[in-house]
Amino acid sequence: MVNDVKIDVRNLNVWFGSNHVLKGIKIGFKPNAVTAVMGPSGCGKTTLIRAINRLNELIIGSRTTGEIYIDAENIYSKETSVFELRRRVGMVFQKPNPFPKSIYDNVAFGPKIHGLSDENELPITVERALREAALWDEVHDRLQDSALDLSGGQQQRLVIARALAVNPEIILMDEPCSALDPMATAKIEALMRKLAEKYTVIIVTHNMQQAARVSDYTMFMYLGEVVEYGITKSVFENPQSELTEKYITGEFG
Amino acid sequence: MQKSARTVMSKKRQHLREWLIERLLFASAIISVFTTLAILGVLLFEAVGFFQQVSIVEFFTDTRWTPLFVPQHFGILPLVWGTIMVTAIALVVAVPFGLGSAIFLSEYAPEGLRKAVKPVLEILAGVPTVVYGYFALTFVTPWLQNFFPQLNVFNALSAGLVMGVMIIPMVSSLSEDAMLAVPQSFREGAYALGARRHEVALRIVVPSAFSGIVASFILAISRAVGETMIVSMAAGSTARLTLNPFESIQTMTGYITQISLGEAAFGSLEYRTIFSVGLTLFLMVLVINLIGQWVAKRYWKRY
Amino acid sequence: MVSQRLSGKNGVVRRVKGGIVYGLCLVAVVVGLFSLAVILFDAIQDGLPWFDLQFLTSLPSVLHPEQAGILAALWGSIWVVGLTALFSFPLGVGTAIYLEEYAPTNLLTSFIRLNIANLAGVPSIVYGILGLGLFVQALALGRSILAGALVMTLLILPIIIIASQEAVRSVPKAYREGAYALGATKWQVTRGVVLPQAFPGMLTGTILALSRAIGEAAPMIAIAALVFVRFIPTGPLDRFTVMPIQIYNWVNQPQAEFRGLAAAGILVLLIVLLGMNSIAIFIRNRYQKRAR
Repeated sequence: MVNDVKIDVRNLNVWFGSNHVLKGIKIGFKPNAVTAVMGPSGCGKTTLIRAINRLNELIIGSRTTGEIYIDAENIYSKETSVFELRRRVGMVFQKPNPFPKSIYDNVAFGPKIHGLSDENELPITVERALREAALWDEVHDRLQDSALDLSGGQQQRLVIARALAVNPEIILMDEPCSALDPMATAKIEALMRKLAEKYTVIIVTHNMQQAARVSDYTMFMYLGEVVEYGITKSVFENPQSELTEKYITGEFG
Repeated sequence: MQKSARTVMSKKRQHLREWLIERLLFASAIISVFTTLAILGVLLFEAVGFFQQVSIVEFFTDTRWTPLFVPQHFGILPLVWGTIMVTAIALVVAVPFGLGSAIFLSEYAPEGLRKAVKPVLEILAGVPTVVYGYFALTFVTPWLQNFFPQLNVFNALSAGLVMGVMIIPMVSSLSEDAMLAVPQSFREGAYALGARRHEVALRIVVPSAFSGIVASFILAISRAVGETMIVSMAAGSTARLTLNPFESIQTMTGYITQISLGEAAFGSLEYRTIFSVGLTLFLMVLVINLIGQWVAKRYWKRY
Repeated sequence: MVSQRLSGKNGVVRRVKGGIVYGLCLVAVVVGLFSLAVILFDAIQDGLPWFDLQFLTSLPSVLHPEQAGILAALWGSIWVVGLTALFSFPLGVGTAIYLEEYAPTNLLTSFIRLNIANLAGVPSIVYGILGLGLFVQALALGRSILAGALVMTLLILPIIIIASQEAVRSVPKAYREGAYALGATKWQVTRGVVLPQAFPGMLTGTILALSRAIGEAAPMIAIAALVFVRFIPTGPLDRFTVMPIQIYNWVNQPQAEFRGLAAAGILVLLIVLLGMNSIAIFIRNRYQKRAR
């Protein structure tokens, strides 16, 4: 069971104030695969992935019960270092948010604060991360330029590189292409498939065609609960739940 | 028929009225321009009279300022140096405590605490400077004399320290505003990489807000340079070039106060020193503000 | 966590650093607040013994400190601030309205805006010098209340202008458009829609500016000079003194009793300031409630 499931979510409940956003979520995410999390607005997709890197705790009034096991360790236990957790679990946001620093400094930020590379290794780490994010060729000669000068798609790949630079095991993506044009989207989608060879990738997406193109597994959520989960092909072609079918056929968004 | 004649008339009157009102409003807006011109005019007019009797070279290079004694010296360096010394001491207080407060309020304090503490700090900015001067002379100096018996009753240190406290809210408020303007998405990105709160604050927020923070420092400098009552009451009236903050010194503003109280005869050379020193002060503050604008622009990070 | 296999920076070092940073920032805030408390406490402690009705109703005295009072300075302050309010409110509000509603986008307008921003940063003593050269001398007003009020007006004008501009800007465009759509002229819109809506904000800004004026000593010293005034002014052309100057004068006296007088004067000044600021905040709060 341990090698079959990388992230084991057990009875996860999340409240924001009195709003019960996630209701008893039980799901297992498989390693070295892309899992798409889908559902209409407000179903809790973003809250779920933010529970995996405990970013919900930044919101005042949030309360979480239940457990999430990554490799048989409960990340909500008292002994867990949330900072170390966030190094292992990288996140890419809906709107690209590179820091107002140079391209180099953006990628170097993570390794610096975690003390992962010394002065000599840092440029090597940065190059490795940028290559892995398929951005090196476009920026290698202007690493000192401001990251904000890059296009939207490049910024998003920079954010991915930033996450890769600290050697994560899991990469969470919250609608990473929704602010990008089709060409940039295609590049990121290709990148996702490549990343899945090495990492566990979870993406939240509204776009069913994207989920069909990119993901190995799909999870469908509705009003804070898991409605269906399975291999993408079968979820789309042969949905078990009526809700899933309605969503797929576009009866509600 | 009667009606239309009346309408035509009142329309003209109405137009006239509108035009008149606009002219009046424009006139009041022009007052600000008039003020600047008047300041320059008054300063230059009397200063020109001054410099007909005192050479500019002597003014800027003589190291003695003794217009009220014989022999008279008119070197402004001691006054400028006094101003610089007190300002420097004030900054040593205001910058760390102001910036530290700003970081605390912006990155650490919960919203309720911030809302409660921020206006209280603002009160420091609202206390009249005579109160600070009184405090410096009657409390700070005697207290410091416990540790430094050689401290003069008038000295640069007390005045500088108290002035620093006075400008803490300037640094703190403006820096905090600059930090609050940094988008939350930057902080989230840093937290998502596993950064701790102090790393987010010091490595992401402060550098992003650097332009506004530096602008607050420059504003604080210009405020300290122009401050009058604290130095008049606590720093002394002996214009001298010294590195010792325990001694009595005199700033440009302190001198202007002293000579104003002495009721020097209008048109006399001593009277004109008010304007030559005033002009120097005005230009110095102008340059500081311009530098501040240039620095703010240079470090401004768009986002 | 299993992560120990990576040679990361020791988590303890980072945690300690975080604690130090937090501690230092907390100390910074505490020092600021503590200083304020000490200053106020010191003034109250020194001044309370001397703060009585006799103090408020007597004229100052060099020979008999126990009989001295702040009456002359109090009246002087009232005269100066009163005249200042009279001059500065219409000028400040008028300028703000012009800049926000009427001014065309051209070089002159930009120059005016730049000017106001710059004037806000000029030291108050320079305004005093301006007043000395222009109002006292050139316009031959002498060292009078009128000269003092004119200087104070120029000093606080940028503050009132900026606050009033904010108030005018906060009036929603929809209100103006509704009035224009009914055929109103610009002045009718300004007077009928913008001004009433912006008025509380302008009033608040003016009161706060005046509360700053009442505490200003430097420009008044340059104008009034003579620091020992033993009469109550009866007209705008009289000589005068204000509370901050009186306090300054007492602080400079060698005898110890005058310290107490100065502190009592400070108390009076602070109470007046507290009153003015409370009124301003009260107006602001009422206005905010109504806007909602």
